Amino acid sequence: MVPLSWYLIFAAALFSIGLFGVLSRRNAVAILLGIELMLNSVNINLAAFWRYGKDVTVMTGQVFAIIVFAVAAAEVAVGLALVISVYRRRNTVVADEINMMKW
Amino acid sequence: MTGEQITFLAVALFTLGSGFMVVTSGNLVHAALWLVSTLFGVAVTYAVLDASFLAVVQVVVYIGAIAILFIFAVMLTRKDMRDQGPQMNKNWWFGALLAVLTFAGLFFLLQGWDGMSRTAAVYPSNFDAVSELGNALTSPAGYVLPFEVASVLLVAALVGAVYVAFNRK
Amino acid sequence: MDFWKDPLKVAADWLMGIFTGWGMPEIAAQILIGFLGILLLISLLMVLDIFLVWVERKVVSRFQDRIGPNRVGPFGLIQPFADIIKLLIKEDITPGGADRTVYNLAPILSMMSVLILWAVVPLAPAILGVDADLNIGALYIIAAGAIGTLSIIMAGWASNNKYSLIGAFREVAVMLSFEIPMLTVMLIPTIFAGSMGIVKIVNSQDTWYFFLAPLAALIFFIAAIAELGRAPFDMGEAESELVSGYNIEYSGMKFGMFYAGELLHAFTFGGFWAILFFGGYRFFGLELVNPLLAIAILFFKAFIGYWLIMWVRYTLLRIRIDHMLAFNWKFLTPVAFVLLMVTALMNALLSGLPGWLYVSGMFLSNVLLTWGALEIARHYSRGEREKVEGKQVVEVGH
Repeated sequence: MVPLSWYLIFAAALFSIGLFGVLSRRNAVAILLGIELMLNSVNINLAAFWRYGKDVTVMTGQVFAIIVFAVAAAEVAVGLALVISVYRRRNTVVADEINMMKW
Repeated sequence: MTGEQITFLAVALFTLGSGFMVVTSGNLVHAALWLVSTLFGVAVTYAVLDASFLAVVQVVVYIGAIAILFIFAVMLTRKDMRDQGPQMNKNWWFGALLAVLTFAGLFFLLQGWDGMSRTAAVYPSNFDAVSELGNALTSPAGYVLPFEVASVLLVAALVGAVYVAFNRK
Repeated sequence: MDFWKDPLKVAADWLMGIFTGWGMPEIAAQILIGFLGILLLISLLMVLDIFLVWVERKVVSRFQDRIGPNRVGPFGLIQPFADIIKLLIKEDITPGGADRTVYNLAPILSMMSVLILWAVVPLAPAILGVDADLNIGALYIIAAGAIGTLSIIMAGWASNNKYSLIGAFREVAVMLSFEIPMLTVMLIPTIFAGSMGIVKIVNSQDTWYFFLAPLAALIFFIAAIAELGRAPFDMGEAESELVSGYNIEYSGMKFGMFYAGELLHAFTFGGFWAILFFGGYRFFGLELVNPLLAIAILFFKAFIGYWLIMWVRYTLLRIRIDHMLAFNWKFLTPVAFVLLMVTALMNALLSGLPGWLYVSGMFLSNVLLTWGALEIARHYSRGEREKVEGKQVVEVGH
């Protein structure tokens, strides 16, 4: 039997890896990759809590996970559209070089 | 070590390894492909958790659409066909430190919770999770309002993404 | 006789007896028997694939008014073996600057995405798919198509070739776009059967769903041809425009994997068309006699579907990429959505009525919808034509 702790620690590890990706990568698209990892780890948490809840017939966990799917898809679409638009103007996707609006 | 535990450990190691390769790969297209294998590992985790609908939707939505969108975006934003230079920030060590601290913090926070050693209830036979999920998503006593709001969000994101990325000549 | 009634169970029990007799724990024996079953299915599919190469070449030659291969063996039946030997002994060239791992992985993933589709195909009442019915079988088909899409873009990028990349982009754009009407139309047998499980869909087809929703069958057929990347939607590997697209840099058996995978994919989708809309292995109770007869019925229907796909391929011209995408987003997807809503509405309205009234009501609604959609398309195309030719269109017959 797999205890719930294993799933939660697995999701926490995936979240930390995604966080490392967001904080340490130069390329804007690579930052979005890290965000995807974090969203997936949250989904694993939700699915695990659905399965290990008191009543498996209550589908709240899965509904929440599906809404997170939709939100993640929307966010990736808009984020990549922005990155492509910035690339067309500045000809760069390195996050450090997109600094025209800094003080 | 039961079979279930071995399966879970194998899947978890595969997913975490692929996730690590995503954030440390020097070549961005390789990073996107490692993301595909991470997403597949997450889909297998859903299948282990008896959430079969989530597993298939994960493959269709994430691998079939989002990962391909990433690969397209990587290919459309390169200056030439060679690999990029070093992919890490100046302050990558600080990011690594923060990630390790976050993981340690979450780990110790969870140790204090007494539900950690809970084991899964037996999955009821003849339980059609898919039709129950459909009922939950579309019944007024269920979650029809978040469902409809999510679809409005998707339409807004669709229109916004097309408008932002439109190539006005 | 017991063996012929349920051959797989008899064989599995016999093997289980042997393995536990050798001292293996039961769970390991079960896993091993599962692997042997998978191996058997894949071997049979690959042999079928070789046969499909012969079928394809003979049928295309008949459409083009020639004889086709007839030298190698009787009726050219040994020709596919000669093809395979040729592909195996060819030099395996990897283009310079190609990404080796991704380059080698792409044909494997392409073939894999076709083979895993057969996990949910019910071959006979006693030989069912995985888990005796995956309750999300219809969605699983789309998921396997998603992996195929990924393999094409990997092939296009890893070849380090501009034409390859453009071909892969176009092919992936077409495949992703046509997944939407296919998914929407696959919900229509789901509404009728009350479940997404393929076995339940087959078992509830007392009247074939083709008679309940012919427009759905047509849209599924068109979307399936686009998913396969075959003409008239084969912009991704058009020889006259793109020098065979994402296939350019592949030689030898890797190209063989793509080619054979495409043929098997076409046959598989012919099979799914038969399963979802023509009753699968059912034929007025004949399938209960013997599992092999049920498999024969299914394969007969699948071959008819495959023949129709080939007929369309060798008759119609290739469509331009922007016309293809406009056709999908401006015509096929709205029609599929409206069809889904109309079907759900009619299903709720007519559900209490006797059988023949239900069937004719649904059939009539589909015919009306088809007529309406074609009228709108006709007016739109007439408007486009007048815009281009400046009101010189002669109105005939009004």
